[in-house]
Amino acid sequence: MSPRRASSGGLIDRSRSIRFSFDGQDFTGHPGDTLASAMLANGVSLFGRSFKYHRPRGVLAAGVDEPNALVTVLRGEAREPNIQATMLEIYDGLQVVSQNRFPSLGFDIGALNQLGGKVLGAGFYYKTFMGPVFGPLKGTRFWMFCEHFIRHAAGLGRAGTVPDPSRYERMNAYCDVLVVGSGPAGLAAAKAAAATGARVVLAEQDARLGGCANWSGGSIDAQPATEWAAGAAHELAGLANVTVLSRTTVWGYYDGNTIAALERVADHKATPRTGEPRHRHWTIRAGKVVLATGAFERPLVFPGNDRPGVMLASAAARYAAEFGVLPGEKIAVFTNNDGAYASALALREAGCSIVAIVDVRGELSAAARELAVRTGAEVLTGRAVTGTEGGKKLHCIQVQGFDVVTGAITGDARSIDADCLLVSGGWSPVINLASQAGARAEWNDRLQAFLPPKEAEGWVGAGGFNGTFALDAALAEGLAAGSGEAGETAPDPAGDLDMSPAPVFEVTAKGKAFVDFQHDVTADDVRLAHREGFQSVEHLKRYTTLGMATDQGKTSNVPGLAIMANALGKQIPDVGTTRFRPPFAPVSIGSLAAERYGEIRPERLTPMHDWHLANGARMYSAGLWHRTMIYGLPGETVEQAYVREAKTTREAAGIADVSTLGKIMVQGPDAADFLDRVYTNIFSTLPVGKARYGLMLREDGLALDDGTTWRLGELDFLMTTTTANAGKVMQHLEFLLDVIWPELRVHLTSVTDQWAGASIAGPRSREILAACVSGTKVDNETLPFMGIVHGAISGAPVMICRLSFSGELAYEVYSGAGHGTHVWKALIEAGKPFGLVPYGLEALGTMRIEKGHVTGAEIDGRTTARDLHLDWMLSKKKPFVGSMMMDREGLIAPDRLQLVGIVSLDNQPLNGGSHIVEQLDRDRPHGSVGHMTAACYSPALGRHIGLALVKAGKDRRGQRAFVSDPLRRRFGPVEIVSHHFYDPEGKRMHG
Amino acid sequence: MIITCPYCGPRDSSEFVYQGEDGRTRPDPASTDQAAWNAYVYDRVNTAGEHEEIWQHSGGCRAHLRLVRNTLTHKISSVSMARHATVPRRRRKAETPA
Repeated sequence: MSPRRASSGGLIDRSRSIRFSFDGQDFTGHPGDTLASAMLANGVSLFGRSFKYHRPRGVLAAGVDEPNALVTVLRGEAREPNIQATMLEIYDGLQVVSQNRFPSLGFDIGALNQLGGKVLGAGFYYKTFMGPVFGPLKGTRFWMFCEHFIRHAAGLGRAGTVPDPSRYERMNAYCDVLVVGSGPAGLAAAKAAAATGARVVLAEQDARLGGCANWSGGSIDAQPATEWAAGAAHELAGLANVTVLSRTTVWGYYDGNTIAALERVADHKATPRTGEPRHRHWTIRAGKVVLATGAFERPLVFPGNDRPGVMLASAAARYAAEFGVLPGEKIAVFTNNDGAYASALALREAGCSIVAIVDVRGELSAAARELAVRTGAEVLTGRAVTGTEGGKKLHCIQVQGFDVVTGAITGDARSIDADCLLVSGGWSPVINLASQAGARAEWNDRLQAFLPPKEAEGWVGAGGFNGTFALDAALAEGLAAGSGEAGETAPDPAGDLDMSPAPVFEVTAKGKAFVDFQHDVTADDVRLAHREGFQSVEHLKRYTTLGMATDQGKTSNVPGLAIMANALGKQIPDVGTTRFRPPFAPVSIGSLAAERYGEIRPERLTPMHDWHLANGARMYSAGLWHRTMIYGLPGETVEQAYVREAKTTREAAGIADVSTLGKIMVQGPDAADFLDRVYTNIFSTLPVGKARYGLMLREDGLALDDGTTWRLGELDFLMTTTTANAGKVMQHLEFLLDVIWPELRVHLTSVTDQWAGASIAGPRSREILAACVSGTKVDNETLPFMGIVHGAISGAPVMICRLSFSGELAYEVYSGAGHGTHVWKALIEAGKPFGLVPYGLEALGTMRIEKGHVTGAEIDGRTTARDLHLDWMLSKKKPFVGSMMMDREGLIAPDRLQLVGIVSLDNQPLNGGSHIVEQLDRDRPHGSVGHMTAACYSPALGRHIGLALVKAGKDRRGQRAFVSDPLRRRFGPVEIVSHHFYDPEGKRMHG
Repeated sequence: MIITCPYCGPRDSSEFVYQGEDGRTRPDPASTDQAAWNAYVYDRVNTAGEHEEIWQHSGGCRAHLRLVRNTLTHKISSVSMARHATVPRRRRKAETPA
């Protein structure tokens, strides 16, 4: 006999049918069904094969606690493994396949593992795959050889390989009260909170609101609980200050009441609406959180407790009441508490026959006995189920006498025919979120469960979460939690069932008794871990993998702890419990990434970007900026292009876009004083209309950044920084002003994006400016080296500073960003008669290497001013940031990495990143004395040159060495020289 | 974690940049006391519990804030503008572990 659909009952829509397929076979169900309920309704009780032993498994639970019934959902080419059948709503065309079986679910070769069960216990792999000590497959090689086969045999579903076609979304929300769970307590809390006018979010992981009101019977406000829940849900949905999120699992509870939730928006739809995401990730910042997450029923641990047909009592009641599905015809019950009697009666009333109720307790309460009579079942007290039979489907259970105190089994086994066994081992409140929030669970002896602490900050609990199972009391707690007022605790009404279980977790008898169904951890595995010394709860978890599967031990944690406590001869609270961590339930990676995948960095474009593209520029990214690498002519290689650009610049003139340089306005009465403090050299003496090159150190004395600062007025300075360090320098300066010297009257403004900059360099640059600049002269007298003038180019106001990075006579022309392209074009036009070419970053880099100027490659956070030959900039007349730290022993040691020039002696190109070695060893590269920071072909010298940081480099100038670059197979002789390759006296730029 | 910026109001911590432990005293710029400079640059108390620290609202008003944050719970008990310090600066001694 099989599970089947009852002729009536349930909250499903029987007027419509849904077609879906499981392992290629077609089935039908109704709207409102989960895959689990629909499959049971079709008489299928075998859902999958277990993780290690490949045992046949059915459904154990009806919700998010399900450990067994995991399936893979196919969506076109994409596949999503390890979906709980109990959480998967069916839709037309749903395609599902079972997992971890070969060649088929019914006949699985891996099931042979069951024969090797004794050997495959906890720690099997650690103990076995040490590998032989000799031979080709010794040690870990052997392990890796075996791993291929083990991976194939063990595990869960197989992940897909095609890109996920679904769209995901992220949402931020704020509320005064977040209610997690929409059972009676949660609904009461949400209603009460909404009545206070608070902004309320109610999150429910299932499709239907109501939680246990949908299946556990009872009445609220003189109507059936199910109807009350539907009414409350309808009422809440109509309130403007309430957001109801169904199919939304709250999976993370972070600091400051920041809550992470996953809304399954379209998983249940055959065709999602246009633009609808599959999942939506919610970040909810809640003033207060009401945890009404209920409790999970625990299974009992006994031999054969994993056979399809063995089911949690509450789950069976839920299948009957909510889905109109009868999990069996002849049902037996095995329990240690009164709660299962109510479940048994619900199934009896739905049309099943209850053949026996096996209770480990010797005595029953009056309430339980009364329910038992109504079920018509034979009641076997003081007994336990010690075995199950039936291959892939339960057909009979073994019952023996059981001593509830000692756990001893007595008497002969009696067989009872049953096609379904309901088990109940007590209830574990779902305290996962509270635990994530830092709450320490407290063991409650009466309920044999971990309860949340009574006092907590940020959240308040209600209902089953608190271990409050009576409906009226749960509603009262919900009301109090939602309204924020302490309610009167409703007295436990007489006649309510006592949910406290007998302290029995395991029945020890011959055969595999599973604790963690999903990871195939048995009670014997826990005892083995104990014998082998893995006794702390954390070691137990890691050694046996108990509670580490995708269900995170929702059904197995407490039984596992109880068995370990028993082995240790300790009480459960003395063994302790592991801390729950996010996520509460599996989360799609897609929802975490949402729209943030692919190239998501913002782009920074200079005002002249479009001109560059239109004029043959090849761009690359420098941080967020897009910068020109070269302006290639047709047929030119990159090398040919930059050599031509640099050569033309030195011979005639070149123009480069330098808008990316960091620019900071430093203004105020104390601006000059401030600059004196942050730069190593003096700026207060700088006259208005002049610029000066400056160097900044960090507090620890290492170099931070360099750049020129222009004095535009008595109280106004324009500071430039390297492109890469603009943000870092700004933050450094802001920190100093805000925290260290708040008394300084200085204001900082980042103006990087407000100015467009063009550097025009080369012997003819002055003539070009003279041809296009109006309003000022640009001759040597008016505009000397480091001088600043204001004028106009083609009607646009410009500011020109004569300074040089290339070593040539050069100017930086700044205009408002909006005029950038206009001015640039005017300069290009004016330069035509003089042979002006635009040049990119490669040519700029080449000319700076020839001059030995440093950039971020050399100011790398490890070098000092002295390492870079910038000691001349260290003022002795004043203290500055880093001045006391820069002279420490290690920072002035003679063997530090120091800046030198490198010349290739074999006329082959050099690479940045190559090591410098004294002795070349191609086979076993070693003995690095430094590394190249930059390299180029120098048109001015006609040689391959570069810069390097080399140990005691200053003393090595003139010596031979080698570059060693094993990755790129570049080895060769070089000469270490001064970093000033070209025009060391600077005649050209002063000319 | 939410930080309540005195200018901008409650904002997610991702808008802020941690700028280190507060309460360190920078020696007088002219000081040549190497030990004091070393202490300023390198020594940190690394408190387990109430911790005074500096955060910059880099994604907002860019002001530096003085926070007292419990490093065990992330609870922030006070926020003030660094520039208008009301919290007296003091140097705390590192506690020796019990």
